[in-house]
Formats: sequence, C-alpha cells, structure tokens
Amino acid sequence: MPEQLVYTFEVFLNGLMAGVLYALVALGFVLIYKASGIFNYAQGVMALFAAMTLVGIQNGQVPFAHLINAIFGTEIHHFGWHVHSIIAIALTVVVMIALAWAVQRFVFRHLVGQEPILLFMATIGLAYFMEGVADLMWGSDIKTLNVCAAEGTCLPQGMNVWFEGSTYEAWGTGVFVDNLDIVASIVAAVLVIGLVMFAQYTKQGRAMRAVADDHQAALSVGVSLNFIWVLVWSLAGFVALVAGIMWGAKSGVQFSLSLIALKALPVLMLGGFTSIPGAIIGGLIIGVGEKLFEFLIGAPYLGGATENWFAYMLALLFLVFRPQGLFGEKIIERV
Amino acid sequence: MKYRLGTYAVAAMMAASPVMADLVFPSLSYRTGPYAAGGIPFADGYADYFTLLNERDGGIGGVEARVLECETGYNTEKGVECYESTKGEGALVYQPLSTGITYQLIPKATADDIPIHSMGYGRTSAANGDVFSHVFNYPGNYWHGASGVINYLLEAHNGDLNGKKIALVYHNSAYGKEPIRTLEELAKKHGFELSLLPVDHPGQEQKSQWLQIRREKPDNVVMWGWGVMNQVAIQEAANIRYPMDQFIGVWWSGAQHDVLPAGDAANGYKAITFHAVGSDYPLFDDIKTHVVDKGKAAGAGDQIGTVLYNRGIYAAMLAAEAAKDAQAATGNAEITAGDMRDAMENLNITEERMAGLGMPGFGPSFQVSCENHGGPGLVGVAQWDAGAKTWSLISELSAPDMDVIQPLIAEDSAAFAAENNIEGNCS
Repeated sequence: MPEQLVYTFEVFLNGLMAGVLYALVALGFVLIYKASGIFNYAQGVMALFAAMTLVGIQNGQVPFAHLINAIFGTEIHHFGWHVHSIIAIALTVVVMIALAWAVQRFVFRHLVGQEPILLFMATIGLAYFMEGVADLMWGSDIKTLNVCAAEGTCLPQGMNVWFEGSTYEAWGTGVFVDNLDIVASIVAAVLVIGLVMFAQYTKQGRAMRAVADDHQAALSVGVSLNFIWVLVWSLAGFVALVAGIMWGAKSGVQFSLSLIALKALPVLMLGGFTSIPGAIIGGLIIGVGEKLFEFLIGAPYLGGATENWFAYMLALLFLVFRPQGLFGEKIIERV
Repeated sequence: MKYRLGTYAVAAMMAASPVMADLVFPSLSYRTGPYAAGGIPFADGYADYFTLLNERDGGIGGVEARVLECETGYNTEKGVECYESTKGEGALVYQPLSTGITYQLIPKATADDIPIHSMGYGRTSAANGDVFSHVFNYPGNYWHGASGVINYLLEAHNGDLNGKKIALVYHNSAYGKEPIRTLEELAKKHGFELSLLPVDHPGQEQKSQWLQIRREKPDNVVMWGWGVMNQVAIQEAANIRYPMDQFIGVWWSGAQHDVLPAGDAANGYKAITFHAVGSDYPLFDDIKTHVVDKGKAAGAGDQIGTVLYNRGIYAAMLAAEAAKDAQAATGNAEITAGDMRDAMENLNITEERMAGLGMPGFGPSFQVSCENHGGPGLVGVAQWDAGAKTWSLISELSAPDMDVIQPLIAEDSAAFAAENNIEGNCS
C-alpha cells in the first residue's frame, strides 16, 4: 500500500480514537440536557473534580489538608494508606452521587421553572465553585493517575506494538495506535451500551425518559422529578469520572482537565444536545474531520494548529443544514 | 476623655498614613487555574526569599520587605488589573510572570517609572535598554534560549547540523512563537531543516503533531510549551517511542511536574536552564531554618530545590540585590521605584557576591548596563532522571550565538522605538 495512504489511514484511525474521547465528555452534557434542559457548563469541572477525588482517595490524601493545617497549625497531609483503584473508583462514584444530590438540593431545586438562561448561569457559578472546592480539597499540583485492576494490570499507555507490527508486515509501514485510546474506545462502547440499556429496560431509566419527554406529564403519573434529576446528575458525574480518568491518564490530573469541555461543544452542536448516539457519532465525525483536515490541508498549507477552529467550523456547517444537530430532536412549537 | 480621644486620633492617623517602612515587591502570581502547577512553586520561592531576609537579616538594609501578591490566573487582563491596583503601594519592581502581561505593562510601567523584570520570558528585544528603559530580562531571554538549544545540538552532532531535521513543537501564542525568528536564522546559518508544529491552547490534544513527528522522523524535537502542553507532549513522545534524549524543552518546559506524569517514560528528557538545579546550596539550609521551620513558608515547604521554586528564589535574590544597591547608591534605606530602576541598570552580580548569599554558582556572573538589559544569556542543559526523580545539569552554562541574536534584537527594538518615538535612553 502506498505510504501516503497508510499515513492517511493512521490519521483516520487516530481521529476516530480522539473522537471517542471527545464523545466521552459530550455524553455528560447530553444526559443532563436531555433530562432537564440544562446546558451544564460545569461538566468539564465535574471531570476534573472526579479525577482529583479519585487520585486523592487512591493516595490517601487528607481532603482540605491545607485549610485544616492553616487553621489548626497541624501538619497532616496523608492518612498513610493507599486505596486500591477499584475501591477508590467506587468511593469516587459515591462522592459524585453526593455531589449530584447537593447540586439538586441546594441549587436547581430552587430554580425550577426558571428561564433556561438562568439555569445555564447557575451552572457557570457551579463550575467556578467546584473548581475552588477541588483546589481547596486536593491542592493545585499535578497528580499522576495510575488506575490498576491488579498488580501489573494498569491502564496501558503507548503504542500498540502488535498492531504496528501487523500493519508493517502487511503494508510495509506500521500504523500507530495508542493503547490508552483502544481502552477508552472499549470503555466508551460499554458505557454507551450500558446507558442505553439502563434507559430502555429499567424502571428508573424509563422514568428518566419520561421526564425528558415531558416532565409535567411525568409528574402527573407519580415520577419524582427530584429523584430523576439526582439520578441524571449522578450518571453525568459517573461519565465525568470516566472522561477524567481517560484524559487524566494522558496529562496527569490537573486544572486544565476542566478545559476538555471545549472539545465537547462542537460534538454537541453536530450530534445534537439530546442524543446519546449523537454524542458518539458527533465525536467520531469531529475527531476524524479535524485530524484529516490538519493532515491533508492544515499542516501542509495553513501552518498547522487548525484542529480547534476546524471542529467548530465543521459543526457550524452541519448546523446550517440541521439546526437541531444530526440526531437532535426537531422541536416544533405551535403558536 | 481627652486622653482617649488623643489615642483614637493617633490610631486613626497611623491607619490612614501610607506605610512607608516597607520595601514593596509585588508578585503577580497565579495559584489558581490551568497554569497553577507552574505558578505556585515560583510564587512560593519568590515569597520565601523575602521572608528569609526579614527573618534572618531584619529585612533589606533594615527595612522590611513586603511581598504583595496579586492573583492573575495567568490572564493578561487580570495581570494589568493587578498592576494598576498595586502600583500605588510603593511597588519597586514587577515580575509579570507572563509574556502577555509583560507586553501590556511595558508602556504603563515605563510611564510610571517602575521597572519590570521579565526573567527568561517577555519581550526578548527588551534586552536593548537604549529603547526599553524600564524593562530588564537578565540573565537570559528566549532568543538566548533558542541559540542555547542549537549550540547544545551542535555539540551533540559533533559540530555539524547540516542536513539535520529539527522540529519545533510550540505553544501557539506570542510566547511560543518567540524563538521562531532566531531558529530560522540559525537554520540558515547551520543548514538544518526546521519544521514548525504549533499546538493550540491548552495543548491537551496533540495527536496530529506527534503523528507528524513520527512520519517525518526529525533528528531532534525542541519544545516551547507551558502548562498541560508540556505533560501531554512528553507522554505523546513516549507513546510514539521518540528517543527522549533527543527531545529538549525550553526552561518553561523543564520542571518536575512536566515529567512526573509520564513516569519512567520521561527518563532522559532534557530542558535548557539559566540557573542551577537542586537544593545543594547553603541558602536552602537558611530557608529551612528561618522560614519553613518557623511555619512562615509561603507553601507547604516541600518545593525547596524544585526547578520553579529555585527560579522564584533566583528572581527574588536579583530583586533584593538591586534594592540593596539602590539603598547604597542613594544613601536612603527607603528607596523609590526610580532608584530601583537605576540600580537594576547597574547591577553587578559576581561569583563572590553569589557565594556570599549562599548561592555559589547558582547563576551566571553578569553586569547590567544601559545598553544591555538582557545579561549574558548563558544557557545550560539539564536532564531528567526518572528513577531518582531529579534534574541534573549535563552541560555548563555557555554563551549563545550573539552574532545572530544581536541584529535581531537591534531590528525588533528599532521597530518599537520608531513606533513609539523613542530616541534612545543611553545617549
């Protein structure tokens, strides 16, 4: 196979993998928007908060240690234990559920019936509040994320040697794929299947869909809005944790993680704000589109660094023809 | 009653009067936001050095030093706000800690007669003191750094870079673009092929750039990164199995937190520096005794000897030494920003002086002059040992190629002078 074609395939494949990572972030937005009509600006910060909490629990870090030491003049930083990754993930999920309850109880319960823009503003406030709390709880330093199922079975990093070798033998040029991206793709697939099954086949899932369709009607048949919104924010928190793990494994867990939300916006514009498959397909299209554009046009002719703006341009192009996004619901309001 | 009223009046006067007994050193720090991991150790080092002077020596020339921190979040607008809100406190010198903020402050600080010290960042051509009267970027700037990288690579390739491929992975911002001009000139001079790979802020996703590097197989990769871009680049380099010892970063891409997330895969990564690494200096013992052990450290006291903490210490030391010189020159313990500027322009850092401060060989010896605010620009190279988790200097601080750099400084500063009708400060 010609070398240029193999390179194009390599870029395409890596674009797909990058798209999966974008989709992981976008999923959290979709879950909350679908059920409550809230565009959750804090989704990126939730990923950061979840990843920081996971590492903090894993390393036995004392939350709010800096604050405690400043007030009481103590010198405590660590509990002195190390928590297994699986237990740490479970505990982080509990923290995210508690956060979902708190957000619902103290913020959105008081804003029921308010204009969407007010709800959006509330999520902006929530984002800054959570960023500050995360800083106070776990500190601002960059933390190394190491998630291991067992001794020696950790999240893999680096080139998949088998795939590189196989493609080299077949085409004379090896194709690079990152092991972490492969794992992220599998995890994303399992997550999406799990979410769809949950929505289709469980009582809570059906209630969630009912609320998404018409929350007044859902209320009238006895569905608890409070419970559903806590459930949805918890699910979004879980998705944020998964996204935080995958992105945090690449760069270490640090405050820039909250900026991954920027990568999700074009995905949402393209895939629609209300569709789980839309988030996945949108992510893949954005990932492949931006990478191929950079490879074929951006780097050779435009000086590179085209991915950020191209993703938005691609999404805008789709919006011109389908304002609700590829899979979004077309809302017709009768007047 | 009269006595009580008198007491209140004195108390009110004391509260209302400006505090004249302090030497104020504003610190435009960033302890929050995406770049906090780099901002905190620098700010801690800067603050701890002045705390040491206060605790151990009773201040500078008997006057207490006061570090006035203002949080910028590495945001240019907030940086300018910080400048405006602190300059009235008697600020002696500003460390903007951001190239963007530095650019914005150059005209303001010049008009206010307050010096700026942008050490290893900012506007490179500000090294020309004839044009930039209030800006100092000693002991080194980006163009010195770019030349230092190429000098090191020349050494590594037995003095011949002809036909070699060098890729520059850079933060797609004013900061990241600073070395390009110099590297292009050096590419012409030495015959190497330079490819430019910009990475957009924040740099969390760099797959395209590293796939390009994998395809083009450059002999060396140079990085001009900051924040998360550094950690991701080092991880991506490891992912594509790019030889880590052929990968070299600027001094803002060579701290502990840049390499630790990649673990063992970062072993052998290199970065240039303009000061020493590690904590094997008598000064650090003093900091431990007089600052950390007394519970007066700006942070947890666990950053001593890290790259950016040391840089903060070094910046504070240079500011404090200039303040001492200003006191000596004016005969006043309480100096003004104008006195400080004059002292910075005549600053003479000798090996003996550094040794006396407990920092022998920590940085280069240099003499600032009206024409040269940039210092000698000596550049060394440090390498990361992932096993020991330490940086070690692998080359001495050595001189950059001023034959290439000086005309660039002259050209850029002349353009600034023409735009701003500056006739020259040194004549």
